[in-house]
Amino acid sequence: MQAAIIVFPGSNREQDVHDALERASGRKPLRVWHRDSELPEADLLVIPGGFSYGDYLRCGAMVAHSPIMREVKARAQRGTPVLGICNGFQILTEAGLLPGVLLTNKTLRFHCKDVHLRVETSQSLFTCRYAAGQVIRVPVAHHDGNYFADAATLDRIEEKGLVAFRYCTPQGELTEESNHNGSARHIAGIFNEAKTVLGLMPHPEDVTDPLLGGTDGQALFAGLVEALA
Amino acid sequence: MSAAASAPSIAPEIVAQHGLTPDEFERACRILGRAPNLTELGIFSVMWSEHCSYKSSKVWLRRLPTTGPRVICGPGENAGVVDIGDGEAAIFKIESHNHPSFIEPYQGAATGVGGILRDVFTMGARPIANLNALRFGSPDHPKTRHLVAGVVAGIGGYGNCVGVPTVGGECNFHPSYNGNILVNAMTVGLADARRIFYSAAAGPGNPVIYVGAKTGRDGIHGATMASAEFSEDSEAKRPTVQVGDPFTEKLLIEACLELMGEDAIVAIQDMGAAGLTSSSVEMAGKGGLGIELELDRVPVREAGMTPYEIMLSESQERMLMILKPGSEGIARRIFEKWELDFAVIGRVTESGRLVLRMGGDVAADMPVGPLVTEAPLYERPWAAPPKRPELGAGEVPAQDPIAALRRLIGCPDLASKRWIWEQYDHLVMGHTVQRPGGDAAVVRIPGRKKALALVTDCTPRYCAADPRRGGAQAVAESWRNLTAVGATPIAITDNMNFGNPERPEIMGQFAGCIEGMREACLALDYPVVSGNVSLYNETNGSGILPTPVIGGVGLVDDAARTVSLAFKRGGEAILLVGETKGHLGSSLYLREIGGREAGAPPPVDLAAERRNGDAVRREILAGAVSACHDLSDGGLLVALAEMAMAGGIGASLEAPAGVPSHAFWFGEDQARYVLATADPEGVVARLRAAGVPVLRLGTTGGDALTLAGGNAISSAELRRINEGWLPAYMAGP
Repeated sequence: MQAAIIVFPGSNREQDVHDALERASGRKPLRVWHRDSELPEADLLVIPGGFSYGDYLRCGAMVAHSPIMREVKARAQRGTPVLGICNGFQILTEAGLLPGVLLTNKTLRFHCKDVHLRVETSQSLFTCRYAAGQVIRVPVAHHDGNYFADAATLDRIEEKGLVAFRYCTPQGELTEESNHNGSARHIAGIFNEAKTVLGLMPHPEDVTDPLLGGTDGQALFAGLVEALA
Repeated sequence: MSAAASAPSIAPEIVAQHGLTPDEFERACRILGRAPNLTELGIFSVMWSEHCSYKSSKVWLRRLPTTGPRVICGPGENAGVVDIGDGEAAIFKIESHNHPSFIEPYQGAATGVGGILRDVFTMGARPIANLNALRFGSPDHPKTRHLVAGVVAGIGGYGNCVGVPTVGGECNFHPSYNGNILVNAMTVGLADARRIFYSAAAGPGNPVIYVGAKTGRDGIHGATMASAEFSEDSEAKRPTVQVGDPFTEKLLIEACLELMGEDAIVAIQDMGAAGLTSSSVEMAGKGGLGIELELDRVPVREAGMTPYEIMLSESQERMLMILKPGSEGIARRIFEKWELDFAVIGRVTESGRLVLRMGGDVAADMPVGPLVTEAPLYERPWAAPPKRPELGAGEVPAQDPIAALRRLIGCPDLASKRWIWEQYDHLVMGHTVQRPGGDAAVVRIPGRKKALALVTDCTPRYCAADPRRGGAQAVAESWRNLTAVGATPIAITDNMNFGNPERPEIMGQFAGCIEGMREACLALDYPVVSGNVSLYNETNGSGILPTPVIGGVGLVDDAARTVSLAFKRGGEAILLVGETKGHLGSSLYLREIGGREAGAPPPVDLAAERRNGDAVRREILAGAVSACHDLSDGGLLVALAEMAMAGGIGASLEAPAGVPSHAFWFGEDQARYVLATADPEGVVARLRAAGVPVLRLGTTGGDALTLAGGNAISSAELRRINEGWLPAYMAGP
């Protein structure tokens, strides 16, 4: 699998996801600078975490209109898988590749901590190595991760099985307390309708090395390598 | 028109407003051979401020040991540089942003982080970790909550965006900081040991380059403000606080590191306190050369800025560089790629003078050498504080140990600081092996097995009670914390936060702390490679507790060999390493239970510290130890509770006869550790053979801490108390 990571000037987890992809695939991902207007051929496009263009307006709002994102959209529409993590998820919603929007956390504070996620389906490129209902422990690091969409959109997402991950307790229960940032219906990550685009707020790339506090993120990258081999 | 001709006569009150004494003004006139104009006065004022000149502290700082086999560059540059093997260097420094953070907590703290990041990447290092040390006033003080919220959000807001993990720190509360909080920020960077960048100008004719953000009217005279006491009207000083832009900082880091990969830079210096003034004067001064600047070419945010404003602005995210001839093209391309301002604003000269031109006029013309070397230097009178009597255990009220433990682990100083560090991205970059909340953070070096262990430490109540013991203890505790994760401590950076140096008792604290630090650094082979002094931490004549914060850096060859403080499994032996006499003077137990801050602090036996620590580290690296925790604030039972809470595993414990129960469980004797091990016979035998006192305390297991006799508390209950205080406090009105 050849992945390409889109790097904006304020990206700051591009190395984390680079390492995770390389560990899983044995292949160095390509790096694409935001001012390049041409995307190389790649099996997977990744938009990493960070602050894209500073995000002083609304997270991801400016990037969504950048030339490179027009290319990403075109590829996504042709079926190239796209993974957006944290700021990448925010960008994908702003760019219209995923529905909804990420609001400020309900506490109004930045959260950096391990959370538990319930994998909602194993029927996707991204989650094929997980079991549906499996609970994984993955860190979050964001200030604006509170997923929101109108009720009709949420119903449609649910109906079509497009929720990838939900915040939950270690036992997999959806309690108020486990929904640390206040996301609608506990949503931590969603797919597009074709399930070729995944956006999620938590950082699976930061739990792919046993020395760094966990390995629950490995299966996401291993699954992609398997599905896109 | 010459600078002299344009100089209006300077009124004494203008001189005083610039913080110069009549003597210092005399000296300035003598150096110039005439009276300075306003721009020149401003330059003297900031260069000779306490903040930039260290005029009250320098004679003492010279006493600190600053060399060692690993030291590549000690104090005097932007940051200290230490060899960590494999051709790599760790570059680090700690710096205060106390006054700005009190006036405007978010921006004050944020720009503190920005400034220390620049000090480190200026030398060629990619920042890989941030830490901090925070001191706030009493939780009951009406400003404290607002200050905590703002400072923490500011540190997080800046560091999180720049993408450098904030991996550790400390935070205490004490009424002496009610009007003068402390915000000390530390950055650690990683560099190629053969490619360290220094600030000394070289090569007359070489271009002087300005890069980064534009210059505005913000922060003018921040260095002078940081060198004066606070009073009621400090709120009016808000405009002297700068505003940070972490996104621009991120661009500046990437652009500078990219240019450093080319063979283009002769010298580089960030524009921190006193902005363009201190950066240009320091570069020229260190090179023994002169600099001419065309101020019309400085990128400015607003029209009509005067030379005075341009030279004294403390706008953030700016750097000054001297390039090799012919390198402007490549540098310009890199800075344009990162969309940063880039301007050739002057050149290096042989004249030894700082010459500023604007609009065709000479705005300033002054000799650089004397501005630096003839800066005032004071041997301030000092008086050692009266010795406090040693306090016997019998003079301290005894209380049921579990009841006392409940009080202590929920008190502001010992309560969990999770509410703070969860607002810092401590994982970005993907190398954080040990996260905040333990004895020291551990950050792996990218592409290697080795790791750095990092910590900040100080116990101000000890420093107030006995500066010499307190200074030694701060160094020793940082050393012990690094040892407790398995690292070998290699060097420190220090942040000396004190009151008004013109008062002999404050200078006495300073001198005593330095003496204690010196003794500890020498005994532990633990040199000082960088640091910062913050004086005048007083409001309306009342000083803070003396607070010499130590930022410690340790090295471990294999990150996988480090241990944390959490109990890992039941059925393991718990060992107490080091001698326990039950010292309760100046302890947290005495303050929280006895309601007094009294008595001498615990003695620091540096030979024991070294012997015990070296033995413990050997056991950790040999894999014989599953958990290790240093003993400090609150003593033994608090440490055991922290190990139980972190692991969710309890322990059954027995106190030996001989030491009174409250003194045994809560005494703060130094040079001690608690270990958990599956091989107690082996560990005990080896420790004893090394001459290290060791005592078997009990066994891990179950869910509760249980004392002999049955008195117990569950780890869940401990956690509820320990985790409860800060969130509840911050949710208050």
